[in-house]
Amino acid sequence: MNRATIDLWVGIFVTIGIGAIVFLALKVGNLTSLQTTPTYRLEAAFDNIGGLKLRAPVKAAGVVVGRVDVIRFDPKTYQALVGVRINDGVQFSKDTIASILTSGLLGEVYIGLDSGGDTVMLADGARITKTQSAVVLEKLIGQFLFDKASSGGSK
Amino acid sequence: MPADTLALVLRRVGRATQNSISRLGFAARFFGYVLYHSPAALRRINLTLREIYFSGVLSLVIISVSGLFVGMVLGLQGYDTLNKYGAGDSLGIFVGLSLVRELGPVVSGLLFASRAGSAITAEIGLMKTTEQLAAMEMMAVDPLARVIAPRFWGGVLSMPLLAALFSVMGVFGAYIVGVRLIGLDSGAFWGNMQGGIDFWPDVSNGIIKSIVFGIAVSLIAVFEGYDAKPTAEGVSTATTRTVVGASLAILALDFVLTVFMFRGAA
Repeated sequence: MNRATIDLWVGIFVTIGIGAIVFLALKVGNLTSLQTTPTYRLEAAFDNIGGLKLRAPVKAAGVVVGRVDVIRFDPKTYQALVGVRINDGVQFSKDTIASILTSGLLGEVYIGLDSGGDTVMLADGARITKTQSAVVLEKLIGQFLFDKASSGGSK
Repeated sequence: MPADTLALVLRRVGRATQNSISRLGFAARFFGYVLYHSPAALRRINLTLREIYFSGVLSLVIISVSGLFVGMVLGLQGYDTLNKYGAGDSLGIFVGLSLVRELGPVVSGLLFASRAGSAITAEIGLMKTTEQLAAMEMMAVDPLARVIAPRFWGGVLSMPLLAALFSVMGVFGAYIVGVRLIGLDSGAFWGNMQGGIDFWPDVSNGIIKSIVFGIAVSLIAVFEGYDAKPTAEGVSTATTRTVVGASLAILALDFVLTVFMFRGAA
């Protein structure tokens, strides 16, 4: 096996291999969507975040506009403080409502933002004051049973 | 005498322990020497290119075909199970994650160990048996720089590329089965896959795994060859030890790496 043939084959091999890594990055891993677009921070306090996780999507009208950045517990108010990073260029009014939602019955948990009518926009680092906590299924069922029992007793 | 027998057994255990520890130490020092001689070996890049040809290029066919079949089987089995929960559309993310995170690096590592690792060990072992290594030293050519280091780096450089190729062929196999054969929507297949797999940490951790496996397999292969007893039987034992040792190392390292990589990410 002479040198030129080996060089050729190694070249082909390395090209195929790097092509495979690029394919994994772009087609399988979707690296393109991960380009670090500039973002700004918003904060929101929830009574209960349910199954919300870091890097969970933040959606407005179903479109992903940001990601959950930090989740921590506030020991003074006993609330969960959730910091989110919103893509620059997407502005929300001061009376925006943040709610924790689930896509489908078993789907991923995300934060939904519904913009209000206020003309003042939330700036970097601002706090969303109107929040709606996650619906905990057990509590809902418990409440349903309780209502059922109390209405049954009054009859 | 029971006391004598007991002492004999204990002596055997003691010797086996000492032997394995000294071999481990020798292997660690050997790794150091290989790294020390690597710059000299890499300066003569042709030697390494030749080894990439023998380890990497000649493994292309087996890696591609295995990847294709593993992907097709994953497609069939995954669809079967997922569909029971009405989640057949998630086949893309299931196949993609299993291949990129685990099966790509691990299975291609195992194949690489048996296809290329055994060949490296046998070659070096035979060189030692026929006293070619000793002859090189006589001519003031360091066999570590001339023979060992190029083979080591050939394996280390080939492994990540082969693992990536394995994953791609697997995804392609799953695509053939899932979309062409079963009739899933092609948009759902790719969309779910892209939505659920990130370059960091999924793809990048798979690549890191394959690099680590490449180092482990190549080191074990060159070490066993260099350490082989210079007899026909010694070379055959060394080859066996390479395949067994490298396979176990891959599986054990995979567990350790997975614990570190994905425990926090999940």
